[in-house]
Amino acid sequence: MEIKDQEIYAKVHSIDSFGTVDGPGIRFLLFLQGCGLKCKYCHNRDTWDATGGNHMSLDDIFRKIIRYKEYINHGGGVTVSGGEPLLQAKFLIELFKKLKAENIHTCIDTSGMLPLTNDIKKVLSLTDLVLLDIKHIDSKKCEQLVGFPNELELEFAKYLSNNNIPMWIRQVLIPGITDDEKDLKKLKEFLQTLKTVEKIEILPYHSLGKHKWIDLGLVYELEGVPSATAKDVKRAKELLEI
Amino acid sequence: MNFDEWKDFKPGKWQDQIDVRNFIQKNYTPYEGNSSFLVGPTEKTKKLWNEVVKLYEKEHNSFGGVLDIDTKTISGIDNYKPGYIDKELEEIVGLQTDAPLKRAIMPYGGIRIVEKSCEAYNRKVDPDIDKIFHTIRKTHNDGVFSVYTPDIRLARSSHLITGLPDGYGRGRIIGDYRRVALYGIDILIEEKKNDLETLNVDSLTEDIIRQREEVSEQINALNALKSMAEKYGFDISKPAKNAKEAVQWLYFGYLGAIKDQNGAAMSIGRNSTFLDIYFERDLQNGTLKETDVQEIMDHFIMKLRMVRFLRTPEYNELFSGDPVWVTESIGGQGIDGRTLVTKNSFRVLHTLETLGPAPEPNLTVLWSTSLPDGFKRYTTELSIKTSSIQYENDDVMRETLGDDYGIACCVSPMKIGKQMQFFGARANLAKALLYAINGGRDELSGIQVTPRFEPITSEFLDYDEVTEKFDTMLDYVAKLYIKALNAIHYMHDKYSYESLEMALHDTDVFRTMACGIAGLSVVADSLSAIKYAKVKPIRDESGLVVDYEINGDFPKYGNDDDRVDKIAVEIVKKFINKLRKHKTYRNSKQTLSILTITSNVVYGKSTGNTPDGRKSGAPFGPGANPLHGRDTEGALAVMNTIAKLPFESSEDGISYTFSITPKTLGHDKQTRITNLVTMLDGFFEKTGHHINVNVFDRSLLEDAMNHPEKYPQLTIRVSGYAVHFTKLTREQQLDVINRTIHEKI
Repeated sequence: MEIKDQEIYAKVHSIDSFGTVDGPGIRFLLFLQGCGLKCKYCHNRDTWDATGGNHMSLDDIFRKIIRYKEYINHGGGVTVSGGEPLLQAKFLIELFKKLKAENIHTCIDTSGMLPLTNDIKKVLSLTDLVLLDIKHIDSKKCEQLVGFPNELELEFAKYLSNNNIPMWIRQVLIPGITDDEKDLKKLKEFLQTLKTVEKIEILPYHSLGKHKWIDLGLVYELEGVPSATAKDVKRAKELLEI
Repeated sequence: MNFDEWKDFKPGKWQDQIDVRNFIQKNYTPYEGNSSFLVGPTEKTKKLWNEVVKLYEKEHNSFGGVLDIDTKTISGIDNYKPGYIDKELEEIVGLQTDAPLKRAIMPYGGIRIVEKSCEAYNRKVDPDIDKIFHTIRKTHNDGVFSVYTPDIRLARSSHLITGLPDGYGRGRIIGDYRRVALYGIDILIEEKKNDLETLNVDSLTEDIIRQREEVSEQINALNALKSMAEKYGFDISKPAKNAKEAVQWLYFGYLGAIKDQNGAAMSIGRNSTFLDIYFERDLQNGTLKETDVQEIMDHFIMKLRMVRFLRTPEYNELFSGDPVWVTESIGGQGIDGRTLVTKNSFRVLHTLETLGPAPEPNLTVLWSTSLPDGFKRYTTELSIKTSSIQYENDDVMRETLGDDYGIACCVSPMKIGKQMQFFGARANLAKALLYAINGGRDELSGIQVTPRFEPITSEFLDYDEVTEKFDTMLDYVAKLYIKALNAIHYMHDKYSYESLEMALHDTDVFRTMACGIAGLSVVADSLSAIKYAKVKPIRDESGLVVDYEINGDFPKYGNDDDRVDKIAVEIVKKFINKLRKHKTYRNSKQTLSILTITSNVVYGKSTGNTPDGRKSGAPFGPGANPLHGRDTEGALAVMNTIAKLPFESSEDGISYTFSITPKTLGHDKQTRITNLVTMLDGFFEKTGHHINVNVFDRSLLEDAMNHPEKYPQLTIRVSGYAVHFTKLTREQQLDVINRTIHEKI
């Protein structure tokens, strides 16, 4: 596809007009198609394939969003998730420009595991909040879990901090995988070096996304891993001192 | 006029004529604060409520859920000895019959339905009463069927037009019960006598004769009400002198109405702010404290929770349990910009906490984006906690109805004491669409129901051809529908006139003919499928289309997609315009509602396969809701779709039932409240008319289905009203559980 087309069109996985947990207030959620990571716990496995999704034009998406202005302009806004939204950075630049012109709060939900290209920097300059999903603070374990080491995303976090871009840190809590005491303490220490962290959210792992793997004829690798309990979350919060 | 009882009230024209609104405007105290002033129930309230709960249990364990029936007394305003729950404990007294939860027989609507109901609960109507109504006194039901034409009968039995009030009381009339408290009966009688004099004109035409007879009946009813109150030891000929009397007088007015009529919906009006004036006066002069005030409100609400009518099991199946629609409208803004929220608006909602959740009274908040924040937050907090409140758009309704209207039944607004409606149930437009395709033959029975039209014979359905034939079919349905309603309401006025409720109206009353639509989303999706996909009709050997094959995708109602939403809007506009072409009984103004109550299940049952892919017998979406599972873009997309339906074309209300899990609404309590407030503000700013709010987890309902004994008070909103979840049939419970509950994983 030509660059020009990418500016005007997005590959969309789905839309949810009423989000309340991905950023502040009521949020219009735009899920973009395509992700380069291979997170074993992914609960939206169907968003990975970058050749899938529906092509929607910038204008169509923008017009759609505007119809929810009455709901999202009271402390809410738009959150772009995925997939990995920053894979479609050129599109996001144009969308966010339009949203900023309408005074709509912009947010992206990303892994941050991408090189900081000029396009991505441009997107971030138009972004009011980043939901940054730290995959694993231990680079080796990170690679085992999602297929890539964590250096890029830690760089990404530092960039946000240095450029005064607010972020909410998210850590998926997977029993036996991301809940090691040493790792969580290390995460805490890393986060303490960042200036713009507004919130740290522990997302308890659940296997409700498993059926999407099965539907695609794939093997679910975390078979048998238990869901994180309220107790697990409490413990993690104590270790992170949040 | 002046009375000692009116001491400390600000004067106004309400003293020269019956004008409750003027009294409210002159005297009420808007409240912009929060709920912190509220107090819990008193010991007395707890004791009394405990007795009521015991009675509920006894009732629940009785055969068919009916505790007792007085089969020997023809119900009427003053036909019973006084009844009590526990005289020592009751702050507010009065029961429909001489004992709590004992049901009355009301044969003026129809004797057969009374007999059937009694038999269903192992009782028999007293033979003398039976004899009177079979041989001497004609009923509403007899009257209607003596004039029904064959085409009406056919449309009725094939469920093209359904739920018609031809065998039961029409209801949806709200007496202005506040008048009893403010003026006392004697003034009301005097006013009616003056009206009778005004109606003493040179030529006694049929209209004038009827009006004179009605006003005479109204005066009789007022006298009967006075006598009924006397038996309880109260003289209500004069105005109420304090708050407790005001509540008692007002309740007597309502009680008289529910002794007189077994109407489909017996709504109570808009009373809490009116009563607040009395409470404020007594709080000021030190005769009451906040605990006393809440106690009086709690006892009043308890009475409203005990209203019972004798109905057949089929009726209960149709309407899910035993609803009476004691709708109380709360809040709203005044046309002068002040809020009509008072402390008592909080107190009436607070009964959901002092007494626990309940489906009745049907608590209805008139929502304006300008309502005080404290009130918005309190009512949404209770919605999240109890799923017992519905919301209607005051900013939209105030424009045409002013600031003293109330909701009858679920969504029908009317000016209190100045307007009534002729309730007309609904036409099944999904069926009408199938008839358009089949030339007027019923898709299930094959019977020719309408006059023979040319059926569609092509291999694939063509959008233009179908819409043209559908248009012709709607012409026929509209004509037939008004014919039926004219017959029904003529006879209801004649044989089962609501003399007390109408005595509490101005004599010169504005009437609407309230028609309705069922199956809107099915029709919209079907036409969308025909337009945007390829739909092939499947015919049986007689040429009757019995199924459809759909190739390709099509826009579906409920996703904020104009391509299909516009079709829905068009149907609504088209149908009301067709209804407007026909002359109505008493020149009533045609209105329309998009409301199915819970009968979306029953209507679906009697409707065959539809071109949108809905299978024969599958439920419709309730009210204006999309069909189950067709909405894919989340809750607000559905709201945007529904908000497009024009209130001007559907002035009798547009019902939307919304269910969401607590987690989907937000992480914590305060966020959930904020989000719900924002959501309601947004929906109503976009001119949505009505929304039921349910907040619960699917697992909770599943557990309640299997262990009903654990959830005696679990209340959910199903349409324009609420029900005890455990009183639904299993089929309805499954419908609720399977219906879209907005939820995220």
